[in-house]
Amino acid sequence: MSQSHPDAPSSSTSISKTRTLSVLVENSPGVLARISSLFSRRGYNIDSLAVGPTENPNFSRMTIVINVEDHALEQVIAQLDKLINVISITELDPVVSVQRELLLVKVSTDEKTRSQVLETVQLFRAKVVDVAQDAVTIEATGNTEKISALLRVLEPFGILELIQSGLVAMSRGLKPGSISEDKK
Amino acid sequence: MSESTKMTGASSLVKALEAAGVDVMFGIPGGAILPAYDPIFDSKIRHILVRHEQGAGHAATGYAQATGRVGVCIATSGPGATNLVTPLADAQMDSVPIVAITGQVASGAIGTDAFQEADIRGITMPITKHSFLVTDPADIARSIAEAFYIASTGRPGAVLVDIAKDALQMQTEFNYPTSINLGGYNPKLDATPESIRDAAALIAQSKAPVLYIGGGAIKAQAHKELLKLAELTGAPVVTTLMARGAFPDSHPQHLGMPGMHGTVAAVTALQKADLLITLGARFDDRVTGKLSTFAQNAKIIHADIDPAEIGKNRRADVALIGDLRLTIEALIPAIKSEFKKNQPDISAWLTQAYGWRNRFPLGYDHPADGSVSPQYVIERIGKLSGPDAIYVAGVGQHQMWASQFISYEKPRTWLNSGGLGTMGYAVPAAMGAKVGAPDTTVWAIDGDGCFQMTNQELVTCALNNIPIKVAVINNESLGMVRQWQTLFYNERYSNTELHSKRIPDFAKLADAMGCVGLTCDSTEDVDKTIAKAMEINDRPVVVDFSVHRDAMVWPMVAAGTSNDGIVNARSLAPIWDSQEL
Repeated sequence: MSQSHPDAPSSSTSISKTRTLSVLVENSPGVLARISSLFSRRGYNIDSLAVGPTENPNFSRMTIVINVEDHALEQVIAQLDKLINVISITELDPVVSVQRELLLVKVSTDEKTRSQVLETVQLFRAKVVDVAQDAVTIEATGNTEKISALLRVLEPFGILELIQSGLVAMSRGLKPGSISEDKK
Repeated sequence: MSESTKMTGASSLVKALEAAGVDVMFGIPGGAILPAYDPIFDSKIRHILVRHEQGAGHAATGYAQATGRVGVCIATSGPGATNLVTPLADAQMDSVPIVAITGQVASGAIGTDAFQEADIRGITMPITKHSFLVTDPADIARSIAEAFYIASTGRPGAVLVDIAKDALQMQTEFNYPTSINLGGYNPKLDATPESIRDAAALIAQSKAPVLYIGGGAIKAQAHKELLKLAELTGAPVVTTLMARGAFPDSHPQHLGMPGMHGTVAAVTALQKADLLITLGARFDDRVTGKLSTFAQNAKIIHADIDPAEIGKNRRADVALIGDLRLTIEALIPAIKSEFKKNQPDISAWLTQAYGWRNRFPLGYDHPADGSVSPQYVIERIGKLSGPDAIYVAGVGQHQMWASQFISYEKPRTWLNSGGLGTMGYAVPAAMGAKVGAPDTTVWAIDGDGCFQMTNQELVTCALNNIPIKVAVINNESLGMVRQWQTLFYNERYSNTELHSKRIPDFAKLADAMGCVGLTCDSTEDVDKTIAKAMEINDRPVVVDFSVHRDAMVWPMVAAGTSNDGIVNARSLAPIWDSQEL
């Protein structure tokens, strides 16, 4: 049998992995809709998507996290690149990029547990941003692993409410992902 | 340097269209687009007032397909705009360059569910190459210039420009850009020298190559180069439904159309090839059948201007990303130099492939009851009108027969809705083609189902001196659906009987719309009737050909199955020599 079919199981390339894409887009109305509709139309699941301004007001940067195979990743990138408002797409390797998410979590506390919770907050270099009679609200930033670990430790105390931002990421070193570079 | 004068946004729109080289547009006015229609009244651009916006969209597509230029349609907001959705999706699927201009409610009213408001930019995002919403009159001319640039370059496609009514009414400076610079859009024209070398090397190693030609060959005007490449390699050629005419049917290397209703030779050659030289084709499911069983032993060279097509359905061994004409021009000398080192012997393969063509030609039977064979009607139209005429099909059985039984010798003589499969495409698309090529005979080969979807554009044709010819292949049913019911639903004909030999009377309908209506219900009269239709050039002609309802399209590969299971007539699969299996 031929090895060349995308739907034939072959080698390690067909294993799904979490990928982080940094997508530079024109800051114009409808861009977010175009990108999210492309993902839904082509059947790619977005794990997280964060969008915000850049150093140049004409452009926004999106950080998109998806879980796909190598073959599908090539398609995602090629299809994204077809959108007129997409300037450039870079896959960020976790090893050579800084990746952060923001977590706000409200944890149930009483007199017995409060000190333990505060100790956990310190251990994870997180911050308490609000204290109430029987709850504290904690803010933490970090990579996905750190945020998950913090949540695992906090869970037994009772999580009352939780919100997480999408991942934002930037390559390390001398601005290889800068706009001027991307526009070449 | 750019010209700068004060005028309304509407005048700036019309001046921009003139600057873009538009000579004709198809449309219908309405509230939100009304400001634009005032300067259109004075413009040298011909505006053809259609009877339904869908007709305007398909006419723009037919015009673009026949001429290679950008087709233009224009409509008002809300329902006018949503009626363009089908033709936009149709043109985008078949990579046809069209620009649609729609009026939008005034910018202050956007988002308020105003009268005739629809978010057409949002609606068309997934079915266009790009869509603009313009609310500032100063942006109109630049958006039009960008829309034409996007529609006509790279992989062509449909672009929508939605313009708010107040932007059309306000005063602005007219600035038509002399150059376009879109940061996120830079189509790559030249395949890399390494990829050209790799492709030439694969071609020189192949013992069983096939040139798999898609619609991109016509879009890229690459037919002359393709002929040279074919004759240099000696490889058999297959032309997909979108590529009919890209390579002459009469050429001895041509095996015909591949796919669900392709020739046995074309389908089998793809299945058994060791190399597919894929030029502007996209491994569509109607060509590949069950993908995992498609051409299992073949290496793939895939040339396309759209990088996203590479590896979308089938992994390519060599990708040639660029303009197809330039790619073939670069390939030819590279292959010549490879052939100097090693000219492959493909004679055994050619004997085999041409053997399949001889053993399994396309054919049909005349019905035993003496009624007219639809294939015969279509074949005779092709014979009597010749290879210079333009043939425009609807969607269904008649479309497949028109692809199979008319010989196409030149590009842009075969127009159809291949990707979206839009019933109702033929009449308005033929109208657009005739406007683009007024001195050419244009035949719409339509079904009685399709014809009843868009025939009101015959009124437009009659009033605007657009004398198209329409052959209604009337089997009084939704024939292709009926064929599937025959084959896969135990002949349970749920809702496919149209009774169109009884109602409507197509000849009278044609007459009422200012056309000549003719009827034909016997085999002997077919030639005479076609000749009569050919003589009429001052008005559109509609011929109601009453044909046998049980005729089927063969060969056939059932949907979702392997191409190896091709059936060349009902219950009659090709019998292969054992060494061929």
